[in-house]
Amino acid sequence: MNRFEYVRPASVQEAVTAASQPGSVYLAAGTNLLDLMKLGAARPERVIDITRLPGLGEIDWRPDGSVRIGAMVRNSDLAYDERFARTFPVVAEALLSGASAQLRNAATVGGNLMQQTRCAYFQDVASACNRRAPGSGCDAREGENRLHAVLGWSESCIATHPSDFCVPLVALDAVTEVAGPNGMRDVAIDALHALPGETPERETALQPGELITALKLPSDAAAFADHARYLKVRERTSFAFAVVSAAAALRIDGGKIQSARLALGGVAAKPWRARDAEAVLENAPPTQEAFAKAAELALSEARPSGKNAFKIELARRLIVRALSLSTEGTPEAMPALPASPFATVPSANHAR
Amino acid sequence: MSFSISLTINGEKRAIALDDPRVTLLDLLRERLHLTGAKKGCDRGQCGACTVLVDGRRINSCLTLAASLDGADITTVEGLANGDDLHPVQAAFIAHDGLQCGYCTPGQIMSAVGLIAEGHAGDDPERVRELMSGNICRCGAYKGITEAVLDAQKTLKDGKRRDAA
Amino acid sequence: MPVEIFPSSPEHRRHGSNAGQPLTRRDGLLKVTGKATYAADNHREGMLYAVAAVSSIARGRVKSLDVQAAKSHPGVVEVITPANRPPLAHNPNQKMPPFGFRIEVLQDDTVRYANQPIAMVVAETLEAATEGAALLNPQYETDTARTRRENGERFKPEAVGVGGPSRVAHGDIEAGFASAARVTEAEFVTPAQYHNAMEPHAVVAEWDGDRLTLDMPNQALVLSCAGYATYFGIPPENVLIRSPFIGGGFGSKAILNGPQILAILAARMLKRPVKLALPRAQMYGPVGHRGATWQKLRVGTDAGGRLTALHHHTLSATSSFDDFLEPAANASLPLYASPAILAEHEGLRLDTGTPGPMRAPGEASGSAALEVAIDEAAEACGMDPLEFRLANYAETEPGTGRPFSSKALRECYAEGAKRFGWSGRPLAARQMRDENGCLVGWGMGTAVFHCPHFPAEARATLRADGTGLLETAGVDMGQGAWTALAQIGAEALGLDPEMVELRSGVSSLPDGGIAGGSGHTASAGLALHNAGRNAIDQLVDLATADPESPLFGAGNVGVVARAGRLHRRDDEGRSESYSDILARARRTELVGDAKAAREPAAAEAHAMFSHGAVFAEVKVDPDLGQVRATRLVGAFAAGRIINPRLVRSQYYGGMIWGASFALLEEAVTDHRTGRIMNSDLAEYHVPVNADLPSLDAILIPEDDPYVNPLGVKGVGEIGITGTVGAIANAVWHATGVRARRFPIRIEDLLSDW
Repeated sequence: MNRFEYVRPASVQEAVTAASQPGSVYLAAGTNLLDLMKLGAARPERVIDITRLPGLGEIDWRPDGSVRIGAMVRNSDLAYDERFARTFPVVAEALLSGASAQLRNAATVGGNLMQQTRCAYFQDVASACNRRAPGSGCDAREGENRLHAVLGWSESCIATHPSDFCVPLVALDAVTEVAGPNGMRDVAIDALHALPGETPERETALQPGELITALKLPSDAAAFADHARYLKVRERTSFAFAVVSAAAALRIDGGKIQSARLALGGVAAKPWRARDAEAVLENAPPTQEAFAKAAELALSEARPSGKNAFKIELARRLIVRALSLSTEGTPEAMPALPASPFATVPSANHAR
Repeated sequence: MSFSISLTINGEKRAIALDDPRVTLLDLLRERLHLTGAKKGCDRGQCGACTVLVDGRRINSCLTLAASLDGADITTVEGLANGDDLHPVQAAFIAHDGLQCGYCTPGQIMSAVGLIAEGHAGDDPERVRELMSGNICRCGAYKGITEAVLDAQKTLKDGKRRDAA
Repeated sequence: MPVEIFPSSPEHRRHGSNAGQPLTRRDGLLKVTGKATYAADNHREGMLYAVAAVSSIARGRVKSLDVQAAKSHPGVVEVITPANRPPLAHNPNQKMPPFGFRIEVLQDDTVRYANQPIAMVVAETLEAATEGAALLNPQYETDTARTRRENGERFKPEAVGVGGPSRVAHGDIEAGFASAARVTEAEFVTPAQYHNAMEPHAVVAEWDGDRLTLDMPNQALVLSCAGYATYFGIPPENVLIRSPFIGGGFGSKAILNGPQILAILAARMLKRPVKLALPRAQMYGPVGHRGATWQKLRVGTDAGGRLTALHHHTLSATSSFDDFLEPAANASLPLYASPAILAEHEGLRLDTGTPGPMRAPGEASGSAALEVAIDEAAEACGMDPLEFRLANYAETEPGTGRPFSSKALRECYAEGAKRFGWSGRPLAARQMRDENGCLVGWGMGTAVFHCPHFPAEARATLRADGTGLLETAGVDMGQGAWTALAQIGAEALGLDPEMVELRSGVSSLPDGGIAGGSGHTASAGLALHNAGRNAIDQLVDLATADPESPLFGAGNVGVVARAGRLHRRDDEGRSESYSDILARARRTELVGDAKAAREPAAAEAHAMFSHGAVFAEVKVDPDLGQVRATRLVGAFAAGRIINPRLVRSQYYGGMIWGASFALLEEAVTDHRTGRIMNSDLAEYHVPVNADLPSLDAILIPEDDPYVNPLGVKGVGEIGITGTVGAIANAVWHATGVRARRFPIRIEDLLSDW
């Protein structure tokens, strides 16, 4: 790890001022940043510790049923917050399927949104990586890319976004509240993470110095509480990143899907909202046929970036399963193995 | 760049001079304070051997800057037993043979203490297994670990009930 | 020191029995309180930190290093490169028998695998040393990496594993296939796997003149002293290795390696103690691994499902500069009765670190392939996999006809199958589902492991206060040696285990041999047993010759040692405590010394193996291909069990390793660079707690009069064998997909795609 200046600002304003200088990074829990610094993939000159900033640690419910979650709220505190888990069960399930209990205890809401790809070539400083070192090339493109992106990738970068949390957030139209040199603004999760295009180093829509101060979930997101699941295919039963994950949330009334939300994780450089699939589900009966059609649409643009064509079919199947399970209803209690295909939920609907 | 932080470690308040902001909590404990109970298995939050309690919550001490914890209350495995009286989790790990080489054990134990305090597992072994999955044991002592956590949790609950009566 | 192979106490001197008890670990208290001191927990006044810089290419040479940048970093004391590396007394390009490999200690600028040390930075703090190593900015002259089967160099090895035969042929293999009604053929790929003990290799090295003290995890204490002495040009007795606790070894801590030697060299060069602890990523290179294999099996069966021929060919990967070939084909030799067996190996040179023994070397990968092939042969014959294995049960060692020293495999099959509930298993695949719609499969495999016995020495002392002291340079890396050895020694001394002190884990003690090959309990245990009996014999002589003792003249009728007293055998009421006997004889202690080794005649005359049967249940998501090994039942027969609690733990651990082999572990190499891209614990998957919800180990009684006087076989490695195949066969039973490569991946199981 390189030497750096450690700064502990007393206010958001001080933090933004400090971080506006080049070479600065914000430090929350550090579960991603410190790791990258140890690898040499991040070499900041100035580390701005935001863990003690006032006003970032609260979960505030608004009268309209929306919620504002301070950026420094820890992942586990949010997932286990009773009202939050009841209102947004798919978000809680995603949170609890990520990382380990220790990491969830430390990791913050803001930090999770800002976490960087797990692409081995991004982490390995001896590899060419346009995301880490613009213009150096992409060693993943012809490399060991079994788990890389199948949607929205470019020749410059085939990395995926590793967050579980962000997948239901993008499905539910969550919005970040951002403080910056020019004041406050809102950035939707869907607009926060960037697809690589020719500039994979531009990972988010945030400008230098901008700081996520809160995450907001709109009131209408609560309408999906009865039919929402997060599902995550992993290479081991727990403590593993998603091969592919899916968040599905439905509003069902009178035997018809009134409204549908669907997003994928592990398939692109951002949490992938499948709006076309949502559109085809709306006003349709919740049947396997409708789900299969949605899955086809969601992956219609997908193409393998390497040895990962299986992820496309896997994503289709996962969508069908997630929609099926959502239709059956959100479980009364959090499954013992959150988001796992082996979560003991009765009468799962298996196609094969 | 030198500065001083204050930490309460295993009940003892300590002023600690740091000449380097890069020092993680794990390296501070092990290399500078010579509290070597917490172990370094991966240094990247991927194995759990470094688990300690910070303000009562289990975290990976390898992924935490010591400087960032100024004022925090740290409990390591060294601070768990009360003199010669083992913490129920420690005793249960011995009784259920929830360890082999012992290297991951301090992390497993601190994680188990944290898990029990969090109170989300109930008496469901599947939930215990899931919530202990951040602690890798290469020897494969998982069966004994799960049994030990459930057993210790019961002991602690029974003790509380007795105390309340 | 008496040098006896079997010190022969007269048969009428019986010793008390307390082995066989499920005692908890003697070192448990230290381990649960954080007081167990592992190598990197040590500190010395004035200690420096060493961090190796390692190569990011797999073949070529280092053109330049920015030594100045590293040295300019505050706190950096020295940067050791080939340009300034002090001399060593042994050429690292020469092997050091018996187990020493050629190693990389900055002897020149060549690079022969990724993660090879190319410099060592020494600094006042760990932070400074780490950053110093990162600042070296190596420039390379890069040659094409050869890390694939297609571009490695093939060769005919002279030996495989640790001196094992490269080719073994029994009977006429082609005649066997010619007479077969069916021939089943299958090919398998097993990947490079890395030990990944939780404790990374570490050392705290301190020199005092030409005396060297090493705190380091070490599976071969006394042997390693000789190795370090050779490297540093000092007498072996000048090297002291302290290894009281080892955070897992699995074979990787028995062999000298480059980084540790460089740290020791740095300590001598800088005249200060030096600590080195390898970062996790650096354990994927210089400290051994399980080499990749490509295996081909042919199984010939007659109309009744009996084997007519078994051919097992293995291509084993090793490094470009040294040989350790995974002896996988030899796994087919001891198990199934076939009139013709051919086990043969080829070698493949790759630009990787040299492989080495990793828990069940050869047996693990070989059993994985064999047990799947046997299952396929059973399927081809329309037979139940257990019925097929019983039809081919080897009553004597296949090929040689030697009797087994003991073999309770039939009982393992029966008890394991009963506990598992095997009898209800449908023959065909894809027949079972759970209540959630997941595919369920049941599979089995046979476990087998040889029973080595290493020469070992020990000392047992009876003290005036009636307690005992047991001493041997033994090694506890989690298998429970502290506890089992104390039980064996205490039994020999006729004392309760809590009345004996065990000193172990230090090289200055009598040579306890190597902790490896599942032979440590038997080897060091027999030495302690003999030492204890030697001490008791001396005590009996004192007592029976002493007219004031109630045991006077009891030599003819015999004496029993039990719970700290000697009793007349013909009248157990007449007895005397050890301390009274010693006090009257004015002795402060009695010291028994012993060496122990296996009797060569018994070894020649018998085939010696532990056996077992593993039954596995897996669940597979039919759409998504994710697998979970939901239930494992293993029944093992391994001679006399000293401590069933700890032995069960060894079996569980072995079975988890088997599950890991079958479903998780694989080093992923980018063949363009030869670099391993998942050299961590997040992407190189080993099992987590949630992976294995149900484990059961059954201890099948087995009395073995030949394997050694204790009747103890090994338990440390056998659990992997059988389990890999059992899980792979269960996956087939669930899905209809046969494993052709390990680990079995999600995409292998995505059906209809």
